[in-house]
Amino acid sequence: MVRIIDRRFDSKNKSAVNRQRFMRRFKQQIRKAVSEAIQGRSIRDLENGEQVSIPARDLSEPSLHHGKGGIWEQVFSGNDQFSSGDLINRPLGGGAGGSGKGKASNEGEHEDDFVFQLSREEFLELFFEDLELPRLVRTQLAKVTDYKTQRAGFTSDGVPANINIIRSMRGALGRRLALGSPYAGRLRELQQQLDDALARDGEDSAEVQALRDEIGVLRAKIDRIPFIDSFDLRYNNRIKVPRPTTQAVMFCLMDVSGSMDEERKSTAKRFFMLLYLFLTRSYEHIEVVFIRHHTVAKEVDEDEFFHSRESGGTVVSSALVLMRDILRERYANGQWNIYGAQASDGDNWDNDSPVCGQLLGNEILPWCQYFAYIEITAGEPQNLWREYAKIGGEHDNFAMQRIESPADIYPVFRELFKKTIT
Amino acid sequence: MKRAPVRKPEPLPSGSEWSTESIDRYNAEIARVAAHYRLDTYPVQVEIITAEQMMDAYASVGMPVNYHHWSFGKHFLATEKGYRRGQMGLAYEIVINSNPCIAYLMEENTLPMQGLVIAHAAYGHNSFFKGNYLFRTWTNADAIIDYLVFARNYIGQCEERYGEEAVELLLDSCHALMSLGVDRYKRPPKLSLAKEKLRQQEREEYLQGQVNDLWRTLPAHEVRTGTREEARFPPEPEENLLYFIEKNAPLLEPWQREVVRIVRKIAQYFFPQRQTQVMNEGWATFWHYTLLNHLYDEGLLADSFMLEFLQSHTNVVYQPPYNSRWYNGINPYALGFAMWQDIRRMCEQPDDEDRRWFPEIAGSDWLETFDFAMRNFKDESFIAQYLSPKVMREFRMFAVLDDDREDKLKVSAIHNDEGFRRVRDILSDQYNLGAREPNVQVWNVDLRGDRSLTLRHTPYRRRPLSDSAEEVMRHVARLWGFTVRLETVDESGKAELTHEIRNEKRRTLVLS
Repeated sequence: MVRIIDRRFDSKNKSAVNRQRFMRRFKQQIRKAVSEAIQGRSIRDLENGEQVSIPARDLSEPSLHHGKGGIWEQVFSGNDQFSSGDLINRPLGGGAGGSGKGKASNEGEHEDDFVFQLSREEFLELFFEDLELPRLVRTQLAKVTDYKTQRAGFTSDGVPANINIIRSMRGALGRRLALGSPYAGRLRELQQQLDDALARDGEDSAEVQALRDEIGVLRAKIDRIPFIDSFDLRYNNRIKVPRPTTQAVMFCLMDVSGSMDEERKSTAKRFFMLLYLFLTRSYEHIEVVFIRHHTVAKEVDEDEFFHSRESGGTVVSSALVLMRDILRERYANGQWNIYGAQASDGDNWDNDSPVCGQLLGNEILPWCQYFAYIEITAGEPQNLWREYAKIGGEHDNFAMQRIESPADIYPVFRELFKKTIT
Repeated sequence: MKRAPVRKPEPLPSGSEWSTESIDRYNAEIARVAAHYRLDTYPVQVEIITAEQMMDAYASVGMPVNYHHWSFGKHFLATEKGYRRGQMGLAYEIVINSNPCIAYLMEENTLPMQGLVIAHAAYGHNSFFKGNYLFRTWTNADAIIDYLVFARNYIGQCEERYGEEAVELLLDSCHALMSLGVDRYKRPPKLSLAKEKLRQQEREEYLQGQVNDLWRTLPAHEVRTGTREEARFPPEPEENLLYFIEKNAPLLEPWQREVVRIVRKIAQYFFPQRQTQVMNEGWATFWHYTLLNHLYDEGLLADSFMLEFLQSHTNVVYQPPYNSRWYNGINPYALGFAMWQDIRRMCEQPDDEDRRWFPEIAGSDWLETFDFAMRNFKDESFIAQYLSPKVMREFRMFAVLDDDREDKLKVSAIHNDEGFRRVRDILSDQYNLGAREPNVQVWNVDLRGDRSLTLRHTPYRRRPLSDSAEEVMRHVARLWGFTVRLETVDESGKAELTHEIRNEKRRTLVLS
């Protein structure tokens, strides 16, 4: 009578569609919540989801029910002190006094936020929504430099190295069978007659002799069919297909002179990490080159980049020169998408700034997909900023922004990588 | 009730791990005892599911299939969050009023819990679904799953054809009116998938034709003479707002009418459950308690099983007092269980009070009395009929009158001889759907004028509508397509306009 069905291995995410619908419908609110959450959390947390809360009022499902007021007469349990006719003061705020009209008040009363968990994917999707790597699409369409070969069936001509033996032999066998079959049929017939004649007349009759001759001719014909012919040959066909470049290199340039304190460094770090995370969504393989500089530039590893302390003056061009050299040396073969991110407090040795502008404009930007400069300062723009501003007008793959506090990073980030219409 | 075992009983598996075989054995024994108590049930289909699937089931109002809507996603997220953080346990079981009766068991449950759930859902609720007059009248257990499949496919097709957004907005509006989408008194026709499919096309064309006819009778520009009282449309107030909209809303497309109909049908399906909570839960609780105790008396259940079972059972039937922070109204499980237990007691061991209050029950055959009570009542009438002074005393019930014109609350009756009847009336009234939900009906459509729709709210004991009424009226306006008004009738019978949503644009697509 009973049927027991184990449904545990049935599809789990029956509600996935409903969940998506929910997200779509409340995208505005969720997006707002996400951008608020970003400001508060450490960038390293980007691997996790996010808890999002939306005002419950926004997603209420209205229905008709009774509001407060009128006459309510209700039964409660656990009487410990009342007799009929007792008068009780109205409890304040409902609930606290216990005998309050718990049921009379309805959902409209206390509106907690509706809180739920976004998965990492959903979180990043929102985080990166309508951000797109600038000029990426254009590059992919215009600059296909890398090919890979792949199999595409067989052809009838090619180089000997590509001969496919099985296919060729199969073809040869088929041809031999086809060409030989008229002779083979006749041969079987004659053999039969020969056997009959032998049994009837013995070895020496003329008929046997004639049959033997004819059989010999046919055998010779069959033998003359070539074992393999040139048109039996089949070659493996390989074609070249364009492969989009899926690797990128990201240069992180940072000023570590005395004026860059820990706080500024950490702001810069967040910026770099956001860029990195963003690149991981678009490229399979990413290399990161860390260049720090004060008066001289040096390529360092990540730990040293962020944590070692230096002091002294600032010559920004040193870092740009180093970047240019590394770029030429290692990444100039056209297979790399090159991104640059520079963070500084804007201080530079006055005479150096025009040099920087030239270096950047003539020798670095032409190679880059994108170069972003952020100036972490609350003060007036310095000469480097003015110099860079000149280049900004000339190159559309260059962007610059000023950041004052960690809370500014996210908006700036969006601004930098705003979807560019190509 | 010790019974001498006829055969050497072989105890049922104990321990906390369950297996398909052990569930099967439990079910067989429980079914045997249920038959002994003459429980009439649909065939049982037990389905084992995971916690995640349980949350899925929660989100689609417990049904195994349902159409897609964001609000289900919202419920899913809320459930998931509560469960993940351990703030909320999931129900041990969900049971679906269908034939065969589907009972979901969660894999996390221990063996004793599975036994409890089988007895509770697969035999308790199941027999109630099959027997109670409300379920027999309003729902068709044979067809519900098929109908839901039909609904899901139909709405899916609409989404493809008219866009998800249009369908979603329409469903939002229908959901807002769901509680006004039931016939409370009329018997609905039976649902059947085959018939439904066959007639749906026909209905579409017919309905659309009818609606057009309705409006074609508009005279072009007739000058109205005098203040002649015009005939109202509909002539009698209509309580089923969704039904009225489905049949009469001027601007709806045929597919939109069909969607309105689907929501209305599903609302109707859940209608009996809302009216039989105390009875139904009490009944199921009574039976799991009785069936498992019977098995224990036969020596089939281990003591460890009983201890775990009783612990869950007592949690379920606990009634916190009014001043506890856990108090959330009268617990339907507690009240229902106490009442059914009490009815059995009155049948088997009546005292003088019972003979005075319930002369027809006291000393009767308890199984017959049970069967009659289960079949023919809903919460409201069940309490009015069977709530005994003893239960009222045990719950220490008291009634409080809250009149917003008075400064203080008044204790109007308590659990004493003078108060029993009053307490019982008030409690019964609390389960009266007419008292719980506002009475709003379709009053008039201005056929010859601006086609505006007027609804009337007749307050119950001066209770006003909540703030969300405005929002709900917007949804009515969206469906109706023209101006809608809500009037409230005061005690003297005078109607006063309380909400008005003007919608004068004609022939604009309503759902945009």
